[in-house]
Amino acid sequence: MAMANEPVSADSLALKTLKKKRTGKQIAKSLLKHFVLCLVGLCFLGPFAYLLQTSVKSIEDIFAVPFVWWPEKLYWENYSNAVQAIPFLRYTWNTLFVALLCVLGELIAAPLTAYGLARIPFKGRNVIFLVMMGTIMLPMQSTMVPMYVLYNKLGMVNSYWPLVLPAFFGAAYYIFLLRQFFMGIPQEITESAKIDGASEFRIYSQMILPLSRPALFTVGLLVFLNTWKDYQMPLIYLNEPIKWTLSVGLKAFIGEYDVEWGMLMAAAALFTIPVIVLYFFVQKVFIQGITMTGTK
Amino acid sequence: MAKVSGNAVGIRKRERKLLVKGLLFTSPWIIGFLIFQLYPILASFYYSLTEYNLFKPPEWVGFGNYKDLFQDDKFYKSMYNTLYITIVGVVPHMAYALLMALLLNAKVKGQSIYRTIYFLPTLVPAVAGSLLWMWLLNSQYGLINMGLEAIGIMGPNWLVDPDWTKPSLILMGFWGTGTITVMYLAALQDVPKMFYEAAEIDGASKWRQFWTITFPSISPMTLFQLIMMLISSFQYFTEGMVFAEASQSVGGPENSLLFYSIYLYQQAFSFLNMGYASAMAWILFVVVMLFSLVIFKTSARWVYYGGDK
Repeated sequence: MAMANEPVSADSLALKTLKKKRTGKQIAKSLLKHFVLCLVGLCFLGPFAYLLQTSVKSIEDIFAVPFVWWPEKLYWENYSNAVQAIPFLRYTWNTLFVALLCVLGELIAAPLTAYGLARIPFKGRNVIFLVMMGTIMLPMQSTMVPMYVLYNKLGMVNSYWPLVLPAFFGAAYYIFLLRQFFMGIPQEITESAKIDGASEFRIYSQMILPLSRPALFTVGLLVFLNTWKDYQMPLIYLNEPIKWTLSVGLKAFIGEYDVEWGMLMAAAALFTIPVIVLYFFVQKVFIQGITMTGTK
Repeated sequence: MAKVSGNAVGIRKRERKLLVKGLLFTSPWIIGFLIFQLYPILASFYYSLTEYNLFKPPEWVGFGNYKDLFQDDKFYKSMYNTLYITIVGVVPHMAYALLMALLLNAKVKGQSIYRTIYFLPTLVPAVAGSLLWMWLLNSQYGLINMGLEAIGIMGPNWLVDPDWTKPSLILMGFWGTGTITVMYLAALQDVPKMFYEAAEIDGASKWRQFWTITFPSISPMTLFQLIMMLISSFQYFTEGMVFAEASQSVGGPENSLLFYSIYLYQQAFSFLNMGYASAMAWILFVVVMLFSLVIFKTSARWVYYGGDK
């Protein structure tokens, strides 16, 4: 378009057609790419659309034989029915409670350990690091039974202790993430403080932690999401229905209402939407955090 | 001489100080490791040699539980189901995620939008996601069989036919590959551009460029993903539990959804066979370690670490 003002010479004309040819090919290529990406994107989004659509259909519309693309009357009652059929608010609160406590615990314990591993060159550090990385591979099932027996002896079964307590000692995966981040902070930053005689803990709490806000945020978010969706641990430890989390509650709900798909989808939507909304607010930091995991 | 040894004492003193500091900082994890990992893994071995139902004290049975296990059809069935979902599932899911990452990596407008779309399903809690897929795969009213019918294919009875229950889970698994795609994308963006420029000059085809530049460069990521997916696949639990609801039974039609972790859970918490479950847990532990070891050992042949990392 900017070419319009330029004097047209044979040379520039030739160049122009050459350029056009190339862009033509490129356009075709990128169109093809977009076509494939869109098609796949549709496959990824389709289930969400189906979830929302079913959640506002009445039973007649759900089982109607030519497929109802858009119900004439939106049946919002599915949502109110779902919230009444299972103590939804109660379960949401329980889940939130467990998840937030886990975030708190992990954010106290994991950075401390990560700091020790990243910035204090003590003897045996590498051994501790290797053992820690090894525990990532430890299947949860191989510690499950003795832990249950132990909690049972302590009278903690059917309470939130077993779900929350381990977080206050740090999990290897999150410690690893933070260690990577701490190692990236240049030594020079803390050196002068060290010469001035600041204690290690002061350097940690007043210099390193404030510098690591994005990493801490990512870890907190990952802990939150993973606790929010966990099913197996709450299933094992929470016996009383009133104490259940959303995962356990929703699973029990499936068995009870197995043909009321509208209501089931409404419940699933209510369970999923908060996480997706959260994700949209913090997307950028989150993706950074995810990629931070595997690049080194 | 005195000066030198004085120095040595000083160094030792400094070292000891560092050690104390280091241990103090890492103590949360060390204590947690002792309580939540080392103790239970050892105790689990002890329990595996006993019969124990929580009410009576454990009764020593030696290797009796292990002997029983090797004659238990359900043990073999659950092992088979787990290996099936691991072997048939993991590699296609990874290949698919890599393909998506490659498509996204080439400069495409709206890359971040596509990335978000592919990532969204991984946020869905497993119970909710599996419930949604139960409905998608419903043989009569589900979207998938309706779509198949529209192109003239009679869809299978996904969740009821024992031959199709595990493929259903693997199909659902593709939906949740977004995390791997995002991580692969990051690895791809780290591959130095000049490698491709040099290859372009040499006239190497895209296919050749992929195998000689891209694949080796991202091989550490492939190793990492492979190990992580293998471990989670061996612990496959929630999705299997939810899908089994379609046939209203733990284990699903003809136990085709009885995964190892589900059977272990059932033995421990439905039948209170804590000893038997512990024996299963130990076998799982050994199998996971063996698989990881084999992958690490063979990885030297196909994983390439760049010089400056």
